[in-house]
Amino acid sequence: LFKCLLFFQKYSKCDCEVTATSRHYVDRLFDPDPQKVLQGVIDMKNAVIGNNKQKANLIVLGAVPRLLYLLQQSSSSLELRTECAVVLGSLAMGTENNIKSLVDCHIIPALLQGLLCPELIFIEVCLRCLRTVFISPVTPVQLLYTDPTVIPHLMSLLSRSQRTQEYITQIFSHCCKTPEHQTVLFNHGAIQNIAPLLISPSYKVRMQALKCFSVLAYENTQVSMTLVNVLVDGELLSQVFVRMMQRDQPIEMQLTAAKCLTYMCRAGAIRTDDSCVVLKTLPCLVRMCSKEHLLEERVEGAETLAYLMEPDVELQRIASTTDHLVAMLADYFKYPSSVSAITDIKRLDHDLKHAHELRQAAFKLYASLGSNDEDIRKKITETENMMDRIVSGLSESSIKVRLAAVRCLHSLSRSVQQLRTSFHDHAVWRPLMKLLQNAPDEVLVMASSTLCNLLLEFSPSKEPILESGVIELLCSLTQSDSPALRVNGIWALMNMAFQAEQKVKVEIVRSLGTEQLFRLLSDPDSNVLMKTLGLLRNLLSTRPHIDQIMSSHGKQIMQAVTLILEAEHSIEVKEQTLCILANIADGNTAKELIMTNDDMLQKIKYYMGHSNVKLQLAATFCISNLIWNEEDGSQERQDKLREMGFVDILHKLTQASDPNLCDRAKTAMQQYLA
Amino acid sequence: MAELGAGSLSLGDPAFNYQEHELNERLKRLYPAVNEEETPLPRSWSPKDKYSYIGLSQNNLRVHYKGHGKNHKDAASVRATHPIPAACGIYYFEVKIVSKGRDGYMGIGLSAQGVNMNRLPGWDKHSYGYHGDDGHSFCSSGTGQPYGPTFTTGDVIGCCVNLINNTCFYTKNGISLGVAFTDLPPNLYPTVGLQTPGEIVDANFGQQPFVFDIEDYMSEWRAKIHGMIARFPIGERLGEWQSVLQNMVSSYLVHHGYCATATAFARATETIIQEEQTSIKNRQRIQKLVLAGRVGEAIDATQHLYPGLLEHNPNLLFMLKCRQFVEMVNGTDSEVRCLTIRSPKSQDSYPGSPSLSPRHGASNTHLHTGADSPTCSNGVTPPNKSKSHSGTGSSSIKYPSVSSSASSSTSSSPSSVNYSESNSSDSTKSQPHSANSTQETSLSLNFRRNQTHVTRSSNHDSEMEIEAEHYTNGVVEGSSARIMNGTYKHEEILQPDDNSIDEGCTNGRQLCGGNQAATERMIHFGRELQALNEQLGREYGKNATHKKMLQDAFSLLAYSDPWNCPVGQQLDPTQRESLCSALNSAILESQNLPKQPPLMLALGQATECVQLMARVRSGSCSFARVDNFLH
Repeated sequence: LFKCLLFFQKYSKCDCEVTATSRHYVDRLFDPDPQKVLQGVIDMKNAVIGNNKQKANLIVLGAVPRLLYLLQQSSSSLELRTECAVVLGSLAMGTENNIKSLVDCHIIPALLQGLLCPELIFIEVCLRCLRTVFISPVTPVQLLYTDPTVIPHLMSLLSRSQRTQEYITQIFSHCCKTPEHQTVLFNHGAIQNIAPLLISPSYKVRMQALKCFSVLAYENTQVSMTLVNVLVDGELLSQVFVRMMQRDQPIEMQLTAAKCLTYMCRAGAIRTDDSCVVLKTLPCLVRMCSKEHLLEERVEGAETLAYLMEPDVELQRIASTTDHLVAMLADYFKYPSSVSAITDIKRLDHDLKHAHELRQAAFKLYASLGSNDEDIRKKITETENMMDRIVSGLSESSIKVRLAAVRCLHSLSRSVQQLRTSFHDHAVWRPLMKLLQNAPDEVLVMASSTLCNLLLEFSPSKEPILESGVIELLCSLTQSDSPALRVNGIWALMNMAFQAEQKVKVEIVRSLGTEQLFRLLSDPDSNVLMKTLGLLRNLLSTRPHIDQIMSSHGKQIMQAVTLILEAEHSIEVKEQTLCILANIADGNTAKELIMTNDDMLQKIKYYMGHSNVKLQLAATFCISNLIWNEEDGSQERQDKLREMGFVDILHKLTQASDPNLCDRAKTAMQQYLA
Repeated sequence: MAELGAGSLSLGDPAFNYQEHELNERLKRLYPAVNEEETPLPRSWSPKDKYSYIGLSQNNLRVHYKGHGKNHKDAASVRATHPIPAACGIYYFEVKIVSKGRDGYMGIGLSAQGVNMNRLPGWDKHSYGYHGDDGHSFCSSGTGQPYGPTFTTGDVIGCCVNLINNTCFYTKNGISLGVAFTDLPPNLYPTVGLQTPGEIVDANFGQQPFVFDIEDYMSEWRAKIHGMIARFPIGERLGEWQSVLQNMVSSYLVHHGYCATATAFARATETIIQEEQTSIKNRQRIQKLVLAGRVGEAIDATQHLYPGLLEHNPNLLFMLKCRQFVEMVNGTDSEVRCLTIRSPKSQDSYPGSPSLSPRHGASNTHLHTGADSPTCSNGVTPPNKSKSHSGTGSSSIKYPSVSSSASSSTSSSPSSVNYSESNSSDSTKSQPHSANSTQETSLSLNFRRNQTHVTRSSNHDSEMEIEAEHYTNGVVEGSSARIMNGTYKHEEILQPDDNSIDEGCTNGRQLCGGNQAATERMIHFGRELQALNEQLGREYGKNATHKKMLQDAFSLLAYSDPWNCPVGQQLDPTQRESLCSALNSAILESQNLPKQPPLMLALGQATECVQLMARVRSGSCSFARVDNFLH
């Protein structure tokens, strides 16, 4: 209200005259003569068309509640009510502030109520106004779903006229934002009611119906599965969409039809090798990326294409050879172009506005293209200035661009060759590290995942990353609330510890702290557990390292191992744990920690007789290390274990059907024979 | 197909015939603007234009390598039988790799006539290729550029030449690989080259459906070009533009003597008509006479109204006289008519505004003798004859009886119905009649479209609408591709003659209406004509056209049933049209008015331009066809 007052004051100062006439318009709405009121509304209608200032004035002066009152009054004539709705619709066409004011005045329930009127003309103007209100980003879409009778009623109005069809489908396509919305619309027969509109004689109706299907099918298996079986005038819906993608159709229609098919394909309703995907949807989307289209279309085309082929390497291969797509995307980075800066400001403004969007869309598409195939990755990195672009993308101000750039980098980092060459040449680790310092979780997940790959032992970037003090950072990631970040943190540490120097291992243990290490060993996420065990295993490799670590943390580690072996865990986890035990058994002094722990020996014995070969193998490996001949005290250990009945088990295992297990057991037996 | 190799399929083979049929159908659909008489399309590889290491089979569609294949010096190519015509706009062919042979050094592409065949396409000047072993493109150079994926056994490679922007792109298994070459020269031949033993490829020039959806690609370019034409900037000249169009319409109406319509149009658009009202009416009257077959009266009227005109145009006079003779045979000319039945109504019984427009060519400075087929509609065949007939009937009711004083009994009854009645009574006449009625029905189909067209420009002049119903701007598809404008109902022209026509018709079609005196009059006239010919021969030298015309006309007498004889065509009323327009043009010329309406000139000009575009190799002509814009 205060705001309104300020607004009012501002206007009353600078625009007394306008306000005075505006006031007159509002006053006439209160005339006792209904005929004069009608004339007043009609005059108001003519006054506000295309005049934003006038619209704002009328709203401030309180015209809206009065108009709504007249609209709802059953004593008002149909003509008056219709004109009121027209004026309200006109007011809604103004600024976002206008829409906010209208929504605050509860225009939506009033108009929805108006739809119950039998007169088509009145229904149409109400729908038109509702449409304008609902397509505004400031209107909460939930308002469409508060009254459960609204959706079924809108469905029933679809048959009334082309106008009702256009407005209602447009409302649906803007108000279907969540899976819940999809379900509500689906359950009220949206598909059956809207499908026939795809062959409406009106382009607008066809287009809005198509948009409806694209929002309904997005990530929705139920809708998509239903859609593939729908017939429109005897033709399968997918074929109708294919026709809408024909190259002489308007771009908007081609693009939206391609989106529908993309969503249906991703939801599993259409196979990725179906010709309508391979020969129609994919080429259509590639076309949308070409220079001749509007920047918005190119962004949408690239994003949809990235989404379409993300899980399918064959589609990635096809796309990578279609119409020079990889090279074509390089153009996305050339905005604003030097030409646009010189020629006109408007163009520059337009380019600037879309530059971020273009870049992030290109990065996304590159990420999707390169996610599986080594040749495609090579092609991408060889594109002009590609690595430089990624590097600068990592430090852009727009989060969307940063995220897409790091996704792209992540996709490319799956290539051993690229890690060894271009990644090192361009020192991508530097901006990546910077990105990790202070970023939102989604960026962090991608960045840390990329870092995992950069820390692989063959990566030349590993050294400089280590020197940059990454360990602290990764350790802090393992304390994150997000399981994905915990996994990535511990995964990176695991990679880092692989065949690492003693001092690195010590640094990891010191920095992580045993407490945190054991907390991770009881992590609810099995991935985190697996990677933590992997880290332990990597830490406990080569004899001096094993002895060193076990001498300082032996007690806790043995405890943790016991706990895991006793608890309910997957075979993989148990196998990994037994491998750690086998590594411990390889140490000089560390061996004793097992030999003196009868409980642990019993466990090993148990796993040697387990039904799973992998576990048997790991346990046998452990025993084999304990009884290894050439080491000090091997005789005593052999004796003790013979007493405990291990020889009998080994003997039995030499008869095992699995050749690996059989070999392992024989080798172990030889230690006794020697 | 002139050259047929030792293929497994022979000409008589039904499979081959089917394929041939498929091919023709597809080529016609893909490249409608190509005139194959001038520029034939490639249909197979040429057994003459190839290196000796190339073997051809399967109707010259399969290519295999039969050389040593040791190194690049053993490369061999073959060209298609013909270069790609520019009028294709967009041209496409596919090659399936049957076997990659030893090394798969295959090249698919284009080359100009005369490029060395002992090479793979792309290596030499005016030669372009995409090679399977490395996926590179070769643009008149021995070193390739990275272009696309490699290809091998089982792949289908397509090559598309865009003659609008002179580029080329390839496809692999139905997926476009993007532009490979730009700035291509004209007259390139589809070409393949092979280099190692065992390499076999099959071409598809349209024999089979293509893997790539080329028609979809074409539709995009068609839409682009149509959009370009529709959005062609006229800039500052917007107002000028409108007046030009108005003048064109107005002059067209005046030319054909649509007096009332022209006046109404001029009033609505505030334009000025150059010609006097009476002059228009005079011309209209004479045309009417010619079209009704009363050539004698037409000659009299012309001599009366435009003294000296025919004297200065002896050729025209001779043609008119010849026609008069033919009409005598027909029994329609007044000189014989007056002898057979009641004397015809005098001229003033004709409607003040003519409802007949002669059909004529875009370049109708001379007469088209005998060359026109009577079906001059623009190719629309009525789906349901009876239905369209009734449509015609209803439009005939609206037929301007306005000024026809003689239409007491027949004006309200559709003439086409009259005609079909007589038709059924005499089976011998059925053929020409049914031809007429077909034409007529196809006309009626055009009415509505034409009507809206004219209505728009005439500001909803209701008078105009009625008249417009009887005409159509049709285009005759034919080798000469002349533009025909308007045709008319020959039945109706005779209608104002009370019920005489009914009698005339039921009397049967007999020479000169079957009247002895009339026949004698005709013979006499024939002699006069002969004399005129000889006189003209003496004055201006022998004229072969005249001789032929005369011969044809006299030949009619040699048959017992002239309507069903080899030269019977002359008796068809549609034959009057060309003469009518020639006379009209001559009159206009004598009045220092353009002998052709500017509208027809423009239309002819546009058509010629499009054809010229094809000749100067501008590919967009295939999507800018004039008939696409005539509704």
